[in-house]
Amino acid sequence: MRFDQTPLLDRRSFLATAALSWLTPLGHLLADDAERTKGPARSIIHLWLEGGPSQLETFDPHPNEKIAGGTKAIDTAARGVNLGEGFEALAQQMGSISLVRSLVSKEGDHERGTYLMRTGYRPDPTVEHPSIGAICCHELPMGGTDIPRHISILTGRWPARGGYLGGEFDAFQVGDARGKLADVTAAVPPPRDLARVNDLDVVENAFGRGRRERVEMTLHRQTINRARVMMSSAQLKAFDVSSEPASVLAAYGHTPFGRGCLAARRLIEVGVRCVEVTLSGWDSHVNNHQIHKERIKELDPAFAALIHDLKQRKLLDHTIVLCGGEFGRTPKINLTGGRDHWPNGFSMALAGGGLRPGIAIGETDPKGIAGPPKPIPVENIHATVLTALGLNPAKENIAPVTGRPLKLSAGKPIRELVG
Amino acid sequence: MGIRDLLFLGVVLGGAGVLGAGLLRSTKTPVNMSSSKVTPARDAEFDTLVNQINTAMRRKNAELDLKPAPVADELTVMRRLALALMGSIPSLEEIRRFESRPTGQRVEAWLDDLFRDRRTADYLAERFARACVGTEDGPFLLFRRRRFTTWLSDAFMENRRYDAIVRDMIADEGLWTDHPATNFVSVTFDNDRGLPDPDRLGARVARAFLGVRLDCAQCHDHPFQPWKQEDFRGLAAFFGGVHANLRGIHDGAGDYAPPDRKTNEPVKVRQRAPFLPELLPNVGTPRQQLAAWVVDPRNANFSLATANRVWALMFGKPLSEPVDDLPVNGDLHPVLPLLASDFATHGYNLRRLIRAIAATDAFRSDSAADPAIGDLAAKYDDGWAAFPMTRLRPEQVAGAVYQSASLTTLGAQSSWIVRLGVSTGRNEFVRRYGDTGEDEFNTRGGTIPQRLLLMNGDLVGSKTKNELFNTSSLLAQLSSSDAKAVEVAYLTVLTRRPTPVEAEHFAKKLAGKVGDARKEQMSDLHWTLLNATEFSWNH
Repeated sequence: MRFDQTPLLDRRSFLATAALSWLTPLGHLLADDAERTKGPARSIIHLWLEGGPSQLETFDPHPNEKIAGGTKAIDTAARGVNLGEGFEALAQQMGSISLVRSLVSKEGDHERGTYLMRTGYRPDPTVEHPSIGAICCHELPMGGTDIPRHISILTGRWPARGGYLGGEFDAFQVGDARGKLADVTAAVPPPRDLARVNDLDVVENAFGRGRRERVEMTLHRQTINRARVMMSSAQLKAFDVSSEPASVLAAYGHTPFGRGCLAARRLIEVGVRCVEVTLSGWDSHVNNHQIHKERIKELDPAFAALIHDLKQRKLLDHTIVLCGGEFGRTPKINLTGGRDHWPNGFSMALAGGGLRPGIAIGETDPKGIAGPPKPIPVENIHATVLTALGLNPAKENIAPVTGRPLKLSAGKPIRELVG
Repeated sequence: MGIRDLLFLGVVLGGAGVLGAGLLRSTKTPVNMSSSKVTPARDAEFDTLVNQINTAMRRKNAELDLKPAPVADELTVMRRLALALMGSIPSLEEIRRFESRPTGQRVEAWLDDLFRDRRTADYLAERFARACVGTEDGPFLLFRRRRFTTWLSDAFMENRRYDAIVRDMIADEGLWTDHPATNFVSVTFDNDRGLPDPDRLGARVARAFLGVRLDCAQCHDHPFQPWKQEDFRGLAAFFGGVHANLRGIHDGAGDYAPPDRKTNEPVKVRQRAPFLPELLPNVGTPRQQLAAWVVDPRNANFSLATANRVWALMFGKPLSEPVDDLPVNGDLHPVLPLLASDFATHGYNLRRLIRAIAATDAFRSDSAADPAIGDLAAKYDDGWAAFPMTRLRPEQVAGAVYQSASLTTLGAQSSWIVRLGVSTGRNEFVRRYGDTGEDEFNTRGGTIPQRLLLMNGDLVGSKTKNELFNTSSLLAQLSSSDAKAVEVAYLTVLTRRPTPVEAEHFAKKLAGKVGDARKEQMSDLHWTLLNATEFSWNH
């Protein structure tokens, strides 16, 4: 199959979904229930810590060592797995979370590191790889959503892309999850809006003369129709957390990131495949400890509440939660009290989706000199996530134009998590 | 509202009225010929070239069983050229001037206008910059994208030889600020090693200037590719001695020593041209030698790759796909060598190349069949018997939305594209529309966010609403008749006149409406035209 034909396939699957929409609410509930109790994961929530958080202040503390620079550690619900101070709420959830502490990559630049972390591939000028969320949407069945299935909340500098799978797999970008979504409300009252859309037929008819088939191939009108389905969808409510009880809002934290995590849970519930929530500001070249203290104040309650909430709603087994940034930070503290970029031994947290919880995999040098004894390349994270989604990482897709076969992931699943 | 405000409003409205009314009347305005007239690049050889291309194309189309589409009308060609060369659509002002010229000379004169226009140089610079330095932000301080694109834009403005431009990129020394070409090198600066990256530079030279994806052989040999790892490494080795420090980019001592495939030990690699080694001079720095080899007129890859890229800029789709990977085994499209050899033998003149492509039957053909005969099947997308329909790039859509809201030319002779940042994604609309990155010629369908943005977004909202200078408001107030208002709206947004059915439909909607109701109807029409397939797709 060539991917430049995907618009057609997409249209077909769109119609198929439309045809199924008469399913009764009861039918939906039964189907949801069946999905909830067995089978692999079906969604991803990625807490994206843009800027590169320090492993030493977060998931891989080395208290009492010189490289800690005074950062202390706390015990957690998972025996033998500690966290940096400030993660008191998350510590209670660690029985459901595992840590990978020996990640390595060759990308110490924000943009390139972000690309690698998103796609599992290093930047390659001859092909743009899809991000893990795009792969997830492309490979898994549609689900009954009117809204995009790949969503980025509080989008950072380099949004997740569909790459060679096509622009329709790009993450749909939204801001703070309170109040109305941008661009989904017509600027004029409904009668005028409808008249404007109806008038399109007149222009399209004129343009279609002698090129009707070509115009159909653009899928322009179908895309407009899908956008309009979205504009009137009740599922749009999932983006707005303001109807949530005050106690829930408080648990996630009254911050944009906290609200984003809560919206992520709501979006997963209506069938969205991948939600990325960005918390930026980790690039602590100066004053590392203070910056991390502030960021962790936002991250800790939101991450902990998300895990707790997903568990309560029996969603965690079918949702993979990832938390990390594009690289770690240097064990050595620089002259301005900062830590610089460090791709040679950094951490990431993974939870849910049937992944083995409560363990820490790999370790880093307490002196901060040598690389990790058992390094895990970043692409292994992708292979692990794909495996948990019931996908074969070695499956090949054919890139358009070049016809080059490309594996979903070039990595190997981390056996400790999926074995 | 104070008296001063009222006065001001009067002056502004009066001015707009005079300006608008002049344009709406469609009188034959005298053509303002500036002194910096571009010498016509047409000669007997030029005509022969175009004939040869047309013949080759006809033969190719016959092989594919494609019947040539009819000739497109001149306004359609005008719109294509505006989108390709300045990333926007023609203004009503420009359309009036275009139509005041005699039929048959209009397209040529429009090309003259475009080449004189800073918007063209700026836009082409942005498009070439993507191929030369990518779309990454690049290393902080060491890479100045803006300097680089301004330098390219200046070079295009004076129609500098393309081989000279490329020589500078590959071999120039100095600081990225006052020798902007060196940004080609500094963008690859690797912080860990403290040096520009020879691998990325080698790969970039091969793809951008030779149309060869040599980097596929960076890690290992591929069974079905003619290129071997040693070809790639030999090319990268020309950048082994390049350094970057406070004095900028300069050549010095240093070897290119990538890890050996089997032992992983660093192994020193000698500079070597991947083909035509006899063209490599033995004087100059390694980078100067490489530059001379790349642009040598006997090195056909350089002109073939450039011709393919310029063709892609003009049509939205390269002759040979992908744009940076020419077929090696002789499966070259027959038109490519014709363009390339003319380019190499006429001083690597980009304007001549653009003119030649614009003069071909392929460029002048309609994207539709004669409706009386039938419909163009989808297979016409495989050949060049009809103009290809491709999705416009985000900055072209943004540029067109901005221009459509103004009757006069926006930012003529100024760098409005740069100022709005529409080419580089600093613009909110472009960011939300979704930049295609380095994947320049992706013709697949649009996305839901794009449709939402065009239907409900702030830019379209502000450009179609009842506001002082917006096209729709001016037309509602100043047009002499309903039919005229509809016609000018079509010209301004779609660069064509409405069909009789369209004209009647929309004129009927306007009939009898005055004041705000009339402005609202014109605003609705503008919205509808902006959301049509025709607006977002090149055709």
